[in-house]
Amino acid sequence: MSAGSVALEGVTKRYGAETVVAGVSLAIAPGEFFTLLGPSGSGKTTTLSMLAGFVMADEGRVMLGGQDMTHVPPRGRGLGMVFQNYAIFPHLNVAENVAFPLTVKRAPKAEIAARVAEALEMVKLTGFEQRYARQLSGGQQQRVALARAIVAHPRIVLMDEPLGALDKNLRYHMQVEIKEISRRLGTTVIYVTHDQEEALTMSDRIAIMERGRIAQMGPPREVYEKPDSSFVAAFLGEANLLPARRDGNAVAGPGGARLEAGAGALSAPEGLLFIRPEKVTIAPDAPGEGPNMLPGRVRHASFLGNVVRYAVEVPEGATVLCDAANGAGATLHAPGDPVRLSWRAEDSRLLAA
Amino acid sequence: MPLKIRAALLLLLPSLLLLFALFLLPIGWFLSSSIMELGSWEEVMAEADAVLLSGAVGGALLNTGWVGAVVTLLTLVIGYPVSYALSRARGAAFTVILLCIVLPYFTSTIVRTYAWMVLLGRNGLINQILLGLGLVSEPVNLLYNRTGVIIGMTYVLLPYMVLTLYAAMKAVDPRLMQAAEGMGASPATVFRRVFMPLTLHGVVAGVLITFILAIGFFITPALMGGPGDVMIAMLIEREVELTQNWPAAAMMTVVLLAVTLTLYAVYSRFAEPGEAMR
Repeated sequence: MSAGSVALEGVTKRYGAETVVAGVSLAIAPGEFFTLLGPSGSGKTTTLSMLAGFVMADEGRVMLGGQDMTHVPPRGRGLGMVFQNYAIFPHLNVAENVAFPLTVKRAPKAEIAARVAEALEMVKLTGFEQRYARQLSGGQQQRVALARAIVAHPRIVLMDEPLGALDKNLRYHMQVEIKEISRRLGTTVIYVTHDQEEALTMSDRIAIMERGRIAQMGPPREVYEKPDSSFVAAFLGEANLLPARRDGNAVAGPGGARLEAGAGALSAPEGLLFIRPEKVTIAPDAPGEGPNMLPGRVRHASFLGNVVRYAVEVPEGATVLCDAANGAGATLHAPGDPVRLSWRAEDSRLLAA
Repeated sequence: MPLKIRAALLLLLPSLLLLFALFLLPIGWFLSSSIMELGSWEEVMAEADAVLLSGAVGGALLNTGWVGAVVTLLTLVIGYPVSYALSRARGAAFTVILLCIVLPYFTSTIVRTYAWMVLLGRNGLINQILLGLGLVSEPVNLLYNRTGVIIGMTYVLLPYMVLTLYAAMKAVDPRLMQAAEGMGASPATVFRRVFMPLTLHGVVAGVLITFILAIGFFITPALMGGPGDVMIAMLIEREVELTQNWPAAAMMTVVLLAVTLTLYAVYSRFAEPGEAMR
């Protein structure tokens, strides 16, 4: 069953002298929830536009459902789409909007009615058929856009920052709902966002884009815990990136501390030691030497409720962020307290600077 | 928001004063002096009957309505694609199209009308071309008849139609059309199902404003029309200037004004983008 598969093969797009997408290749399995994540200008929206057919690739091939669609216009690609601004037709009501992909195909009236009802039920908008976009809230408009994208039962649905305009609570709610619907229908979803949390929650796999290229691609946990570059490490949430030198099999960190790092891909003698704040253990300073221990002094403690975030000054003026769970019997450290930081070698990686 | 309304009124005050002094006052004076001249109310009604039911006035009204309708239709047919091109054009192309539409505005109507007379005359450029190409064996009458009036008025009124349509077209979010295309619509379907309905209020507004302007036209039909192409504004001028029958002129003015204001009331309902769909 390759109907829902998607592949890009060395796809490139240039605007004048500027290369917006530079040889992107990826393969997405049917039913996969795949996210293109990146800052603005990283080429993620252009990549999506090439999948949709709004932008034609200068080089490379776009394969949809196993067929070469590189030069096929959007209307021939049979994709479902959710647009950033929803693109709800203001002159049509909810039912007519949702029916649009079916009416342009001249589907039989009875089938249209049944499918529209089904799609509206799925997004919980039954009863809103006669409303117009201006009579709907942002969340409801989003649902209309979603219903319209799935009404024709496409194998592949593209979503361009669909939740960008919603407030945080609604956003979380819609994330769950989109995920559920896509799973229920078995649709392949290609999702574009600049919100790393959204990408981590929703995706089966994430491709992090940087300046027109895929910096890293993998399941959320893998890209979060094992970034291949400092860009990916810093883009996907908080990251400590400490200056470090390779020293035989070990790593010399701030103040010459002997550290061990997980299998990182660093050939150069110098780089950055990556460690997530929540993987750092903070303890009162006590005598003792060992690998992956750094003495320091608490500079700042932010009480966030379930978590306390410490900024700890370590030798050579570097600062390490450390998230300590405010669990049962947790001791809080005050600014100025001497502390000892430690972490497991496999939670850290030595990355190129 | 009373403050907002008061501020708006204050800003409008100069133009309201101007309108009052130069339009309402003279027309009020014109109408009342006409009525005074007739004396009693019975005489006013008798005069109204006589004027409005006379063949000349009825014919002129019919003429005016017909010419206005044809001219409006022509400006729409010519103007819609021009406006579309304008709404889609960027940079230099946009400037060129816009200048082509607006530059004639800077020339007076009378000069433009004379220019057309040079083109359309029996020995004018167009007839010479037609004769030269052998398309006609003798000069076509393009001037001093209804054809001349319609050509001249369509030309003069085209910018009003184009600019009104342009405003409506520019307000259409291009992403809606892209979305429609992505949902499987062909370019023709995108136009029919999305672009046209979204610009319909502009069409209604353009048609109304062009028609309103057309039925009050004077110079072009006077210069380019024949004896049979008397429009209501020409008739009013004739009553005032030649026969000096002010009451009759006043009656026709009231009719023209009533039609204009009625159409304007409809127009203002459509002028606001999106209003037509509410």
